Amino acid sequence: MTIFDFEKPITELENAIEELRRLAAEKGIDRSREIAELESQRERLLRQIFAHLKPWDKVLLARHPKRPYAMDYIRLMCEQFLELHGDRLGFDDPAMVAGLARLGAYRLVVVGQQKGRDLKERQKRNFGMAKPEGYRKAMRMFQLAEKFRLPVLTLVDTPAADPGVESESRGISEAIARSMLTLFDLTVPTVSVIIGEGGSGGAIALAATNRVLMLEHAIYSVIPPEGCAAILWRDANRAPQAAEALRLTAEDALQMGLIDMIIPEPLGAAHRDPQTTALSIRTAVLQQLDELSAMEPDTLREQRYQRFRHIGVYQLTR
Amino acid sequence: MNAEQWVQCAKCKKILFRNDFERALKVCSHCGHHHRLRARERIALTADPDTFVETDTDLVADNPLDFPDYPDKLAKGWQTTGEQEAILTGKAQIGGVPVVLGVMDFAFMGGSMGSVVGEKVTRCFERAVDERLPVVMFCASGGARMQEGLISLMQMAKTTAAVSRHHRAHLPYLAVFTDPTMAGVLASFASLADVILAEPGALVGFAGQRVAAQASVGKTPPNFQTAEFQYEHGMIDLIVPRRQVRPTLVYLLEMFQS
Repeated sequence: MTIFDFEKPITELENAIEELRRLAAEKGIDRSREIAELESQRERLLRQIFAHLKPWDKVLLARHPKRPYAMDYIRLMCEQFLELHGDRLGFDDPAMVAGLARLGAYRLVVVGQQKGRDLKERQKRNFGMAKPEGYRKAMRMFQLAEKFRLPVLTLVDTPAADPGVESESRGISEAIARSMLTLFDLTVPTVSVIIGEGGSGGAIALAATNRVLMLEHAIYSVIPPEGCAAILWRDANRAPQAAEALRLTAEDALQMGLIDMIIPEPLGAAHRDPQTTALSIRTAVLQQLDELSAMEPDTLREQRYQRFRHIGVYQLTR
Repeated sequence: MNAEQWVQCAKCKKILFRNDFERALKVCSHCGHHHRLRARERIALTADPDTFVETDTDLVADNPLDFPDYPDKLAKGWQTTGEQEAILTGKAQIGGVPVVLGVMDFAFMGGSMGSVVGEKVTRCFERAVDERLPVVMFCASGGARMQEGLISLMQMAKTTAAVSRHHRAHLPYLAVFTDPTMAGVLASFASLADVILAEPGALVGFAGQRVAAQASVGKTPPNFQTAEFQYEHGMIDLIVPRRQVRPTLVYLLEMFQS
């Protein structure tokens, strides 16, 4: 796959290490020196490559087929999780998962977009593109959180909300808008983490929260770079250029004051060490929850309002 | 014969006498096609005479991302429209009822929502809460303004937050979807009105054609993403011909008056 060109030398080394290990185990020969040598090579290479990632590389990393998804993180970071289903309006969207979790000292509502790992699951999960019923399930969970005064954690990972005929006929735009509205009405702590693709309206629908965190190699954008390139230059192949122009990396978002914190990923990105990544997310979320839990309900709603109220860059005449 | 006396319908291509066309509020007398109106034309049709007082006229777009060609696009917008941004906001009376009025202008960069539009919409709802007034919004937009990147996406949240305050204050919010009302605007403040009206034939939908093509949406019904399609699916209260929009707003404002 040419799209992961920048990763190729690393993967080759990793395969070689794997092969040596296998041979060593099979034949009972000590290859530890060679393995150690290759591993330090791998480490050097990773540092080298990851020190110079371009925005387009980040897009590819955020969409990496091996990148951990919402359910992976939920399983790795929560002590317990019970998934709940359905929007109570006739549908249950597999692209949106939701449930009740224990995280450290907290009981909380967790909602997130979920992509599929193999072809069959990818189709079932609609590539992480939630339909109106997904957002309506999310809203149901937000209201549950308010009723029982549980904090809310959302895990954002979607290329976009589903743009199909079905979604349009069931009011995808209204569902997104109302999901944000519901979040703004809450008086419990809310935290979102952009874990992979923060794809436009489909993402902000879950990210109108008190705190917005972002994994180091996640992206957050108003439009996919391909779509942007198609509109700007009528050429989707210029997506890498559009990715630069859109300023869609976590660093950009932090610099512009649009997110509150970047959660670092292990060397070589989340998919090389999901366990460590999950632990970093857990630590960051717990820290935010500790801060937010000290606030009064009205203060939480007001803080959330003010957090978004002041976003915007313009000049004044006269 | 003076060519300026005639106009051609954008849809059925029939030639119309300009005076008749203007008198019909730019609705084609043959096919009923509602041609787009500029924001100031809409205000003249909607507000009671001489009651519109424009607010927040001093906000001008910046180029926070150094996005390629954005300054040129803005300059073109200023030149061709004579307006500063894609929305006009202010206070007005409609049928004697004081309201905060926002009217988007598609002619300015496709009515796209960047920082200025987001800020002006937000101020509409905040002002309305402070003065306990209804909000009337005429929507006309291709969506969020790509050239301001994530900052534009955040305007969806910001305007929605402002609507939530207005809702909690039990004040009426009426929206009119005009051609086109799409994407980031539809998926934020526009869809959250207490009552939603739309003009016949207006394009109303989530994913723009080029984005939908990228996502290979596939076969779509013939009236896909029209006001009529949205009405059939319960997303719009009423489709109202242009001449009936003002009287319908007056009726609704009276209904919701406290």
